[in-house]
Amino acid sequence: MEFETIVFYALAVATVIPAFGVMMAKDIVRVAFWLLASLSGVAGLFIMLDADFLGVTQVLVYIGGILVLILFGIMMTHRDPVLVSADDDRRRSPFTGLLVSLMTFGALMGVILGTGWNVSGGLANGKLSGEPTAAPLGKALLTDYVLPFEIVSVLLLVVLCGAAYIARRGKDEEASNA
Amino acid sequence: MGDFFTLVDWAVEDAGFWGRLIGVVAVWAVPITVWVSVVGLFSIWLERKVSAHIQCRLGPMEVGPHGALQTLADGIKLLAKEDIIPQGADRFLFALAPILSFVGSFVVFAVVPFGPHLIIADLNLGIYFLAAIGSIEAIGVIAAGWASNNKWSVFGAVRAATQVVSYEIPLSLSLVTIACLAGTLSTIGIVESQAGWIWNWFLFRNPFMVISFLIFYIASLAECKRAPFDLPEAESELVSGFHTEYSGMRFAIFFLAEYAAMYVVSAMGAVLFLGGWYTGIEPLDSWLTTSPVLGNVVGALAIITKAFFLVFVQMWLRWTLPRIRLDQMMYLCFKVLVPVGMVVFMAAAFWQGVFGAPDLGGLGSKFGLAWFVVVVVGTTLWVKKTIRRTKGYASANFLEHQARLGHDVGVS
Repeated sequence: MEFETIVFYALAVATVIPAFGVMMAKDIVRVAFWLLASLSGVAGLFIMLDADFLGVTQVLVYIGGILVLILFGIMMTHRDPVLVSADDDRRRSPFTGLLVSLMTFGALMGVILGTGWNVSGGLANGKLSGEPTAAPLGKALLTDYVLPFEIVSVLLLVVLCGAAYIARRGKDEEASNA
Repeated sequence: MGDFFTLVDWAVEDAGFWGRLIGVVAVWAVPITVWVSVVGLFSIWLERKVSAHIQCRLGPMEVGPHGALQTLADGIKLLAKEDIIPQGADRFLFALAPILSFVGSFVVFAVVPFGPHLIIADLNLGIYFLAAIGSIEAIGVIAAGWASNNKWSVFGAVRAATQVVSYEIPLSLSLVTIACLAGTLSTIGIVESQAGWIWNWFLFRNPFMVISFLIFYIASLAECKRAPFDLPEAESELVSGFHTEYSGMRFAIFFLAEYAAMYVVSAMGAVLFLGGWYTGIEPLDSWLTTSPVLGNVVGALAIITKAFFLVFVQMWLRWTLPRIRLDQMMYLCFKVLVPVGMVVFMAAAFWQGVFGAPDLGGLGSKFGLAWFVVVVVGTTLWVKKTIRRTKGYASANFLEHQARLGHDVGVS
């Protein structure tokens, strides 16, 4: 077998098994660490598909940003900073879970099957091309997609200001209550 | 990504899966692991000597000349120590944490060039990769703090998370100015666009890069959790923070990861701002490029010297400055470094747009020369003034102290 094929299967396993771990683990911090493994696997898959920029972005945004924030949130909000096994089965309803997962599965499969995949790069020809992807992406963002790019920037700015405002107001109320 | 497979193919042609895997390990993983260990051993010894001399002590003197083998002895001691996992700890995460922490600082070595050809992977996303990978070490720290089942450790972990997430923003802002000046994200490309005389280095390229370098340096101190940003392990408040419960080999791995991270950010500072493997003397550099072997050897020496100088400054700061408070840490990040970083980025981009790519002899280069002179003269005057102000105070004290101890430490 080709080196790349074996690496692909290894990465696929490294993505799917931790994904099960995310569902099955009872301790919420363990869930976060399973997520770390799964997201790293996805980053590796992106790189194997010649989308190295996406792969590194996956690490930067999901592992460096979102996962650290999740862990931060858990530690800040948990009642006591010791391990708590969350074996509270009462809230779990198998039917809603099944319904939601079936709907998600259906929607995802619909999109996956309905997309005309461009299978020319990466593993499709058994070898990575190593073409740089950052420069074309940057060009596209600042020429063809400059309006969506700017709209997203303004949206993020609004979100940032809103978050600062909400946090600030809470602080003022506390100060006036005290 | 091209280099990744080219190098393996070159190492073991048609060797099948296992052959290629062994090739990957032999060509990169083993030499880099050895290098990381050597850097760790040397920097730990250096830290102890630097701290000792700053505090008018001698530091380790017994094992080897000037205690040079002390770290080795300590390493053997740590290997032999009992490995304790506290009761009620999350055993799996407890074991995983030092590994994650080490991997985070180890992987960055992939994009650090030691010479024109001495690089593991010349990713075309070099510095973007650097920004992305930096956070993995923080996840190791968080895992350690959480898994220890100890409130001091959790506090340390929460502080580490806050600090790393916050300081990634100013760090990225200073990386963006570099990308803007170099026109590439590849570390090799960045160094190559600093070729020529010393004032072609990005530090002197325009008046704003000195500030950008300071932002990079402060943010990298915070990312490494080095003093004055050592809040995650603050000994006086949190016992020793996230690694309170660690002993033996696991503790040693944390220690090694910290020193590897220090070295790697310093090497990146050298690559991004201080001309990487170039010596800064134009005729010498162009002569060195004619000989690949000599070019790589001298290049590696140049980059290692620059990196260790920056490591030395980190230690100097650690033993000089007191630890800052949590709110001061956030203030410095969001109210000082981020706005200044944004202004510097815009100003540097504007400068680059007006004066264009500064080829040798261009207007930008002439400015670089003038600015270089200003920076050097200014720094010299400032250092002289500081020495004059503290003369007969710190240095005299130090010498007197050494004389009383009856040791000659070779400081005149």
